[in-house]
Amino acid sequence: MNTQNVIYALEIMGKGMASIFIVIGILTAIVVLLSKITGSSDLKQDNSEKD
Amino acid sequence: MEFLLSGVTAITWQQLVMYGIGGLLIYLAISKGFEPSLLLPMGFGAILVNLPLSGVLNQTIEGVGNVNGIIQWLFETTIESSEALPILLFIGIGAMIDFGPLLSNPKMFLFGGAAQFGIFFTILLAVLFNFDLNDAAAIGIIGAADGPTSILVSQIMHSNYMGAIAVAAYSYMALVPIVQPFAIRLVTTKKERMIRMEYNPSSVTKLTRILFPIIVTIVAGLIAPQSVALVGFLMFGNLIRECGCLGSLSDTAQTTLANLITLLLGITISFSMQAEAFVNAKTLLIMLLGLVAFVFDSIGGVLFAKFLNLFLKNKINPMVGAAGISAFPMSARVIQKMGLKEDPTNHLLMHAISANVAGQIGSVVAGGVVINLVSQILKNMG
Repeated sequence: MNTQNVIYALEIMGKGMASIFIVIGILTAIVVLLSKITGSSDLKQDNSEKD
Repeated sequence: MEFLLSGVTAITWQQLVMYGIGGLLIYLAISKGFEPSLLLPMGFGAILVNLPLSGVLNQTIEGVGNVNGIIQWLFETTIESSEALPILLFIGIGAMIDFGPLLSNPKMFLFGGAAQFGIFFTILLAVLFNFDLNDAAAIGIIGAADGPTSILVSQIMHSNYMGAIAVAAYSYMALVPIVQPFAIRLVTTKKERMIRMEYNPSSVTKLTRILFPIIVTIVAGLIAPQSVALVGFLMFGNLIRECGCLGSLSDTAQTTLANLITLLLGITISFSMQAEAFVNAKTLLIMLLGLVAFVFDSIGGVLFAKFLNLFLKNKINPMVGAAGISAFPMSARVIQKMGLKEDPTNHLLMHAISANVAGQIGSVVAGGVVINLVSQILKNMG
């Protein structure tokens, strides 16, 4: 077992999960913002119509 | 007439094993309906590439010289040199996905992140089993529960185990209805599995649906540039779907394009299933690690939901967290079925679908992040 690789794998785990949550968090915030901004748009349509 | 027997006498026991594996994949595809569009071409391809002196691989024929083989050519041009097939498949996948349930319930995005935990846990485990870092990263990505991402990452990481990784990724995706209930029951109580969730989706404007794929591409591209090929093509397909003016292209991307690429991808990936590279103990280990990845994806999602419940007034059914993997829509259906089993009036489908489509985004972002992090580390090591 390569101890250095284990340390790298732990680093990948920490940084990887953090990076994913940062991207997901930003996307969540943007979607919430988008919904508020476009909420009054004329293009509004009901979810069920689309589905 | 000896040349008629040259093929028969050249068969090795490893090739016989590969015929068995090819036959098993074809059986699972036809009889069990496990990812037939992928497993059937892979199974048939596994037999094709393992015939002695197979004409689908490049060969040197005495007196004639080098002769190109179609599967080797397909592999070298569409996967090895460009990763074109897995990336192009994302156009079709993107066109298939309705992000509406997620856009109307954006907190479900979080599960698309949490349920990628199995990837990183498996990378660590693979390293503990003495795999090199690039191979460990490629093996971990089986936990993305996303075949094209697994193939793409293993190719970019120059992994020696692409065949085994592809087989594991697609096999476990097909086995989600068996793997996930087992993993979820390990970390939930009956009471938790019975938690009800109200579904009050907010309306989603067409403008939001159109802007969403563009913004996701830009954000993911800026933060994790290596993910932009995956995310970009996924979101391009989704934009075709949502723009409202390319109905025919959207239909083609969802059906004909996706089917054709899936067919070619399956038979092309069989190039990496040649006996000498595939039949060894490490393949079995990779299959085992792939299972671990799927189990810990599910556990990661469930535990994250339980963590959120510590702070939420309206509790989340923890099973929904497990739907944050990319296997769409199988995972959402599994959660719905498990919910109904505990309480026949508890419908979790829409929540699970929201988490499931978030998993589509989470998995491709995870793919890009892993490529980015591992390549940086390898660069520093080199």
